[in-house]
Amino acid sequence: MTIDQVPPGLVLIAAALLLPALRGWWRHAFVLLAPLLTLWLVWQIPDGRTLGAEFLGLEVIVVKGDKLSRLFGTIFCIMAFAGGLFALRQARTIELSSAFFYAGSAVGVSFAGDLITVFVFWELMALGSTMVIWSAGSDAARRAGMRYVMIHLLGGVLLMAGIVDFVAATKTIAFGVGPIQEVLTVDRAGTWLILAGFLINAGAPPLSAWLPDAYPETSPSGMVFLSAFTTKTAVYVLWRGFQGFDVLIWIGLFMVFYGIIYALLENDMRRILAYSIINQVGFMVCGIGIGTDMALNGAAAHAFTHIIYKALLLMSAGSVLHMTGKRKCTDLGGLFQTMPLTCICGIIGALAISSFPLTSGFISKSMISQGAADQHLAVVWFLLAAASAGVFLHAGIKFPWFVFFQKDSGLRPPDPPWNMRLAMILFAGLCILLGVWPQPLYAILPLQPVTYKPYTAYHVVEMLQLLLFSGLAFFVLLPFMKRTLTISLDIDWFWRRVGPVVVREFNKQNARARGLTAVRMQKRLTRMLETVFHYHGPKGVLARTWDTGATTLVIVALLAVYLFIYFI
Amino acid sequence: MNDDDKNKHWLMREKTIRRLWIGTTIVLLATVVAGFFVSLPGHFNVDGQFWFFAAYGFFTCAVMVFAAKALGFILKRRDTYYDD
Repeated sequence: MTIDQVPPGLVLIAAALLLPALRGWWRHAFVLLAPLLTLWLVWQIPDGRTLGAEFLGLEVIVVKGDKLSRLFGTIFCIMAFAGGLFALRQARTIELSSAFFYAGSAVGVSFAGDLITVFVFWELMALGSTMVIWSAGSDAARRAGMRYVMIHLLGGVLLMAGIVDFVAATKTIAFGVGPIQEVLTVDRAGTWLILAGFLINAGAPPLSAWLPDAYPETSPSGMVFLSAFTTKTAVYVLWRGFQGFDVLIWIGLFMVFYGIIYALLENDMRRILAYSIINQVGFMVCGIGIGTDMALNGAAAHAFTHIIYKALLLMSAGSVLHMTGKRKCTDLGGLFQTMPLTCICGIIGALAISSFPLTSGFISKSMISQGAADQHLAVVWFLLAAASAGVFLHAGIKFPWFVFFQKDSGLRPPDPPWNMRLAMILFAGLCILLGVWPQPLYAILPLQPVTYKPYTAYHVVEMLQLLLFSGLAFFVLLPFMKRTLTISLDIDWFWRRVGPVVVREFNKQNARARGLTAVRMQKRLTRMLETVFHYHGPKGVLARTWDTGATTLVIVALLAVYLFIYFI
Repeated sequence: MNDDDKNKHWLMREKTIRRLWIGTTIVLLATVVAGFFVSLPGHFNVDGQFWFFAAYGFFTCAVMVFAAKALGFILKRRDTYYDD
């Protein structure tokens, strides 16, 4: 086996399994080196199939490289490294181990050359991510993790059902030779089942509530890992299999505005950022739906930059949670005084998510809007522009304002320990570096050549006007956005409130029915036993001893009846 | 500057906040004025107007805030709702 045949995802998974055996500086070094080794392996894989085998008559391809695989593999490894650094001295070993298992599975999906391999790594991701949630150790995390895994197992079932239909239709499990819809048309159930399986992980409607329900219940570092892999592997598989699938434009736009509205209502800083993940993935899903080279490159580039700035925002929020133990906006405020680095890094992440010029979001998200403009999709373009303003409103300003400024909460925590600070500085630097020098990212985008120029006077003025005036709207309308000790009902209300009520009522009625049935059965049984006792009991007519004459008479009578019937 | 203001972080002093508002207003106006001098080709006619994105950004955000507020009346519950 040559080096280009080593599945990079499996290396990270193996590292995850080895991690619990290490202690002290060996453990620290291992946590930082394992993702870097995986990153090196990602870049050793050439285009085309490198590792595959026959399985049940189907060609399973565990490693198949191309530009898209390398792009996602690269950012997953960078994320595992920075997440590992952030969690290095604070996270429990079980969390770090689960996070690396999860990250390795995500890398596995990005190099999978067939749908069976995608499915296997897909389910391993569900396992790893659930363990990350559970490793927080709280009762809330245990319950949220259970709800999370239920939804993801449902997604896995839908995906497998779709794959079965795909195999039945095409006699192949190939994934990555072209859009799935070329083979599975819209009139096939399999197309929709695979799409549903992918979209559940993307946080798309109608089951999107799993994300803001589960992610905020994790440890301060757990959510940093979780923000990167599940939704972005979903973007990856949608990119590969469903590009130009029109319905994705509207699903993406729904996600964009759903994320904004719910984030505006939210009081919990980590739930604000959780809704904001759905919002940002909505941009990517929309770009995949538009399906032009510009929009597809934009979706891929945005996934890359999003992983960095979202992790940065969650590192900032995680640092606040780690140092104060609080996550509600009503309990926070004024932290910029004693947590200046966390505040500055949070602001850089907030500016990047808002696509502010000179930050990474500016050079990626605008490609998706440009894709809509090129196709003359006026409604889509105007909605995306409104959504860009909305992102600044709910994440760009709301998050830093309510956490670091707003009022003086009286809390005076210092910045977090050095490893957490270093991870934030690394990602804040990357947000700015990619913003001022996008060429290295453009050079590794899947569809070459990339001719897009983000820094035109028109585009800079457009974004500055849009963002700064949305900022003005925030402060003018601040009295309407007062934080309250509330949550907002989401679709998970059906399985958190209605579901238990239905089950309780079912159990109650079931118990009642079983009770009634038991009483009736007992009555019938008693009646039957009384009847038997009546005829066969000590004084029953059938229990009496007959004399010989009577017995002979009965036998003769029976014989006569028999002969009569026989002659008829 | 009163004593209470003196004890505050400089970013929280009234004078600083007033200056920040003035600075922000100047920057906001500057972005609109910049629209005069920058060629705004626009993709769909109306977005070629020099003031368009300023107005669009402000009003769409206002719509989103009020939409969230209206939905809040229906969707908001105490944050212990699921703990009961």
